Amino acid sequence: MKTFQYVVKDEVGLHARPAGLLVKFVNSLNSDVKIEFNSKSVSAKKLFAVMSLGVKHNDKMTFVLDGANEEDDCVKLKEFCEKNV
Amino acid sequence: MEKINGVAASKGIAIGKLKLCLNIEDQIAKRQIDDVSAELSRLDKAKDEAVYELNKVYLNALKRVGEAKSMIFQIHIMMLQDDDYFSTIQHIIKEQKVNAEYAVWQTGKQFSNMFANMDDEYMQGRASDVLDISKRLIHRLDSSLANGLDSIDTPSIIGVTDLMPSETVQMDKEMALAFVTKEGSKSSHSAILARTMDIPAVVGLSDKFSKLTNNANIIVDGTLGEIIIEPDEKILAEYQQKKKDYEKYQAELRLLKGTEAITKNGVKLEINANIGNPEDVEMVLENDADGIGLFRSEFLYMNGNSLPSEEEQFVAYKSVLEKMGSKRVIIRTLDLGADKQVPYLNLPHEENPALGYRAIRICLDRKELFVTQLRALYRASTFGKLAIMFPMIISVDEVKQIKSIIEQVKSDLSKEGIAFSSDVEIGIMIETPASVMMSAELAKEVDFFSVGTNDLTQYTLAVDRMNHSISNMFDSRNPAVLRMLEIAAKNAKNAGIWIGICGESAADTSLTDFYVKIGVSELSVTPASVLELKKAVQQVDIK
Repeated sequence: MKTFQYVVKDEVGLHARPAGLLVKFVNSLNSDVKIEFNSKSVSAKKLFAVMSLGVKHNDKMTFVLDGANEEDDCVKLKEFCEKNV
Repeated sequence: MEKINGVAASKGIAIGKLKLCLNIEDQIAKRQIDDVSAELSRLDKAKDEAVYELNKVYLNALKRVGEAKSMIFQIHIMMLQDDDYFSTIQHIIKEQKVNAEYAVWQTGKQFSNMFANMDDEYMQGRASDVLDISKRLIHRLDSSLANGLDSIDTPSIIGVTDLMPSETVQMDKEMALAFVTKEGSKSSHSAILARTMDIPAVVGLSDKFSKLTNNANIIVDGTLGEIIIEPDEKILAEYQQKKKDYEKYQAELRLLKGTEAITKNGVKLEINANIGNPEDVEMVLENDADGIGLFRSEFLYMNGNSLPSEEEQFVAYKSVLEKMGSKRVIIRTLDLGADKQVPYLNLPHEENPALGYRAIRICLDRKELFVTQLRALYRASTFGKLAIMFPMIISVDEVKQIKSIIEQVKSDLSKEGIAFSSDVEIGIMIETPASVMMSAELAKEVDFFSVGTNDLTQYTLAVDRMNHSISNMFDSRNPAVLRMLEIAAKNAKNAGIWIGICGESAADTSLTDFYVKIGVSELSVTPASVLELKKAVQQVDIK
């Protein structure tokens, strides 16, 4: 299991567009990816679940990756977040 | 071919295809199903089609508006493919053994509520996206279901349960040839909206509304309140001619804009418009009225759940006065009670509301309410040409009381350093037989009379205007009513004040001649009747 924390840079928070991009990207990974935020944990592969977290600008969320490729996927996901979220 | 009748709510004729725009919610029936797996595969197929359709929409948008603005359709696709959303639908079908349409709508509502309840404005906005994709899915399941009002893209006759103001503003007005509605009456919101937009309408079809099917060819006659479904060629030709004649007549009337209402023998009349809302001013100006002869202030009291504040009233009066510029605006003070009730005033149930606690009687009893309105009126008076009139007057004493309250209001405003106009005309409604009998004395107290013919007819003839079984006796041309008018007009003339008419029968062109003869100098009618009346006045010739 790999985890990392990420602070949302997007002004409007994890709204439809970045959430959509994120979910789409996470679905291309082999690992199981969860987001923990505000004592909730949801699958990052499900759009409604991610959006329902209501993550805002400057909020800190935690990604939890699990799977055979978790090391590689973790690097890719971090990179993706820096660019898009 | 079939003919059905409703309420003639807005004049004109339209011929075209009917588009039923019903809330999806009203159309989705809950059905028990036997074959769950068949229903689930219907759902799968509908989803695939919807995704395919959205992909096309996305690619199209991408070309037209670029990546950023097309993203929303990608999001819609992802929402449709979302596991939580889709498995909730499947779950409802399996557990409740219901049809897919119903399951989709239940799920859509559930997810949209989730967004609507988030304390984030942006996310609340996503609630409508969820409903959007759910509707798309439902339409793939059953393509015969009708769309919403916003989906109309060719000029059509629009059939709705009732017209909601929020929906109509979103709609392109060019797309509405006519309105036909299930609910509503001549004075309901939908009817007023249609008249204000000058679109033919037949409302209040009730059960007969179900005879209308989507895409049917129909004729709407908003003047007679008739709808003809699938007309034959003969009827169609007849109505095409009728429509041409009506349009020609309207075009002729428009030529009268900018002309004055002067009779052949040189008497000039002021043709004003009646309004019930600040938004109606557009129609007043559009129809070239000389001013506003009756601005009913009730809307301020009937739209909310509590008494309107002085500020709220001030803003409404000011906006109308400003838009009308140098043209006179006559605002009538609160005329509630009788057929116009508001719950928060807690007015007791009455045996005879028409003869009861209403209009000026409430104002003189609950002075704080009256003072608030007068303060708002006087504060607004510097923004245009204001006149104020008082309803349901029966005695000189009432007018004296009103005038003393006005003096108090003015002196308070002066003390507070608030400006008001010094030449606001004060008038009374002539709508009770008592006011006619006392018109010689009343005329010495005020600047003008305005006759409310509906109530004057009701009280003179002792005919309840709400009672259908005697509606044939309610006749504002009755000689007794006309004699009342003559007396009031004579006494106005003797005292050197002007007299106008703001009731329904002001628009009755068979009486225009009579009004001119007795010395009426102002007529106030609905905005759409202004030009027609102007034409009638121009034809009057009194030797």
